[in-house]
Amino acid sequence: MSAIGYVAVIARAVLALIVLLSFVPFTVWLERKGAAFMQDRPGPNRAALFGTFRLAGMAHVLADVVKLLTKEDIIPTEVYGTYYRLAPMIAAMVPLMTFAIIPLADDLAIGHFSTPLSVLRIPGGLLWFFAITSLAVYGVVFAGWASASKYSLLGGLRSSAQLISYEISMALAVIGTILVFGTVQPNDIVRDQGHLLFGWLPQWGFVVQPVACILFLVAAFAEINRVPFDLAEGEAELVAGYHTEYSGMRFGLFFMAEYMALVTSGAVAITLFFGGWQIPWVPTAALVAGAGIGLPAMLLVGALGLAGAGHWLWGWYRFYRERDDWRAKEPRILATGAVAGVIVCLGLAGLTFVDRASLPLWVPPVFALVAQLSAFVIKLLIFCWIFVWVRWTLPRFRYDQLMNLGWKGLLPVALLNLLVTAAIAMPMGVLSWVALGVAAAIIVVWYLASRHAPQARLRSSQSGS
Amino acid sequence: MSLKVERVQGDRGVESFYLWNVVQGLAVTVRHAVTNLRAPRAVQTTNYPEEKKVMPPGYRGKHRLVPRPDGSPKCTACMMCATVCPARCINIEAGEHPDPTIEKFPVQFDIDLLKCVFCGYCVEACPVDAIRMDSGVYTFAEFNRSDFVAHKEQLLATLSQWAEPR
Ligand code: SF4
Ligand code: SF4
Repeated sequence: MSAIGYVAVIARAVLALIVLLSFVPFTVWLERKGAAFMQDRPGPNRAALFGTFRLAGMAHVLADVVKLLTKEDIIPTEVYGTYYRLAPMIAAMVPLMTFAIIPLADDLAIGHFSTPLSVLRIPGGLLWFFAITSLAVYGVVFAGWASASKYSLLGGLRSSAQLISYEISMALAVIGTILVFGTVQPNDIVRDQGHLLFGWLPQWGFVVQPVACILFLVAAFAEINRVPFDLAEGEAELVAGYHTEYSGMRFGLFFMAEYMALVTSGAVAITLFFGGWQIPWVPTAALVAGAGIGLPAMLLVGALGLAGAGHWLWGWYRFYRERDDWRAKEPRILATGAVAGVIVCLGLAGLTFVDRASLPLWVPPVFALVAQLSAFVIKLLIFCWIFVWVRWTLPRFRYDQLMNLGWKGLLPVALLNLLVTAAIAMPMGVLSWVALGVAAAIIVVWYLASRHAPQARLRSSQSGS
Repeated sequence: MSLKVERVQGDRGVESFYLWNVVQGLAVTVRHAVTNLRAPRAVQTTNYPEEKKVMPPGYRGKHRLVPRPDGSPKCTACMMCATVCPARCINIEAGEHPDPTIEKFPVQFDIDLLKCVFCGYCVEACPVDAIRMDSGVYTFAEFNRSDFVAHKEQLLATLSQWAEPR
């Protein structure tokens, strides 16, 4: 590899890390604030940087980081030290490594130089995703077992059973998309999703594989131990589940890992089913060719967004000003900043619009990269919101319901989806009939089983005396 | 105790997939979120240190001694409150008042707020309405235990939460 190749590898690793790691505090904030608004509360709004900047509660996240880093790291005497220390590392490592195959934008090509925008581009492609996510269970199991605490052990057991059960449905759902797009390369899958169906509908994963999409999302919720499948940390019965015995930054690592896993599974879902970095109806070539118009337009949109934010902040400033409240200072400063931003954006937009014919060689590809990266980030933001939204809507499943849903609900549906997809994707022949036959057999067995098996949906009723 | 297996209604057909019900639930929460996002100032929560609530009438907050027009306490050091106090936290030292119609006045009037159970008996017992608990103060925070003993001057300086004491 040439020197520039190494630089490119490091640069894109740093880019991926920035995207992933800056999403973590943001999601924590979104979770707390979103939960508050859904429950008619104002949410965190106390902590203030330099006594002024509360940033709508984001300062709390920074305070939390400081708190976690400076807290005493208590290691109980009975724990199995090595595994106890290893567990949070594994938990945090898995989502970081999974994120490495996510393409953040289309390949960057400036002159003769070209680089993919995912940290890793390996022939295995999505197999990397399968391989790494299945390691996640080790973090949970190690933590549960090495803590030498019954709560942790039970949490770890539940969680590992759940992770293993839902991994199967998840993998089967992903294989469906692999069949449709005919490749395991994430970037090629995303590129393929740029094609139009019937001339107008982008061929995104959820259009061609709707069942797989739903299956994947449900399984993703279970894979990252999130409500409604967060039995591993059922507070009522297990304190905090597998990380009960952890404190300080070791707990912080588990906490971060949880949110990194959330962001990563959102990214995988976007890559497979929601067009990855694709901007609908605008292919990469068009972006590069239209950079002269696109760049000023993007800056204008940015200016408009900043102006809207400034207007909103000014409303808050007036609100506090009237009440002679100390909180008036922050919106005033931020609104001034927004105005400055609007001026800068407008100026840059004007400059680029005047120079649009003679942009330097590197500008159009980089513009395409930034535009696609923004599309990806916006989709990721929406996904983070969905994860938060679902968490504060649904109650937790009971353990038998969880297993029923996984094994009797998702798994047969995933198998059926895979077989039907295979029958359609393959050239019609003996094999597709075999696939359809197996599918029919699964339906029959499923139906019979659901009729005759004792339903495990228990309602415990005390028959007294 | 035994577990009886029962078919729970509504778990068959479309509902057994939960998906539509999930969507309905999501609609409820997002409605709340959007309402509060559009009017964040309408949220009912009191932003405590900046906004304070007026406590309802009859709320027993920190005690105060009612002053006469000249600013001296109305209390005649009759010891009714100290006698009735179930926590024995009122400590009064009486002195002779220059005005013979008043007879006595408290030289010292201490209430140990750490011992006080906020029963309000002292207020009920006072024959001259000299002690009240209508200050609306419910936050006591000090660095020393001794600072929790409220002296006469502090009690006199404490005001009612209403401009027009009821
Ligand atoms: S409120 Fe009750 S306990 Fe407190 S000083 Fe009065 S009588 Fe004593
Ligand atoms: S009962 Fe009233 S007048 Fe008597 S000592 Fe107590 S506060 Fe003073």
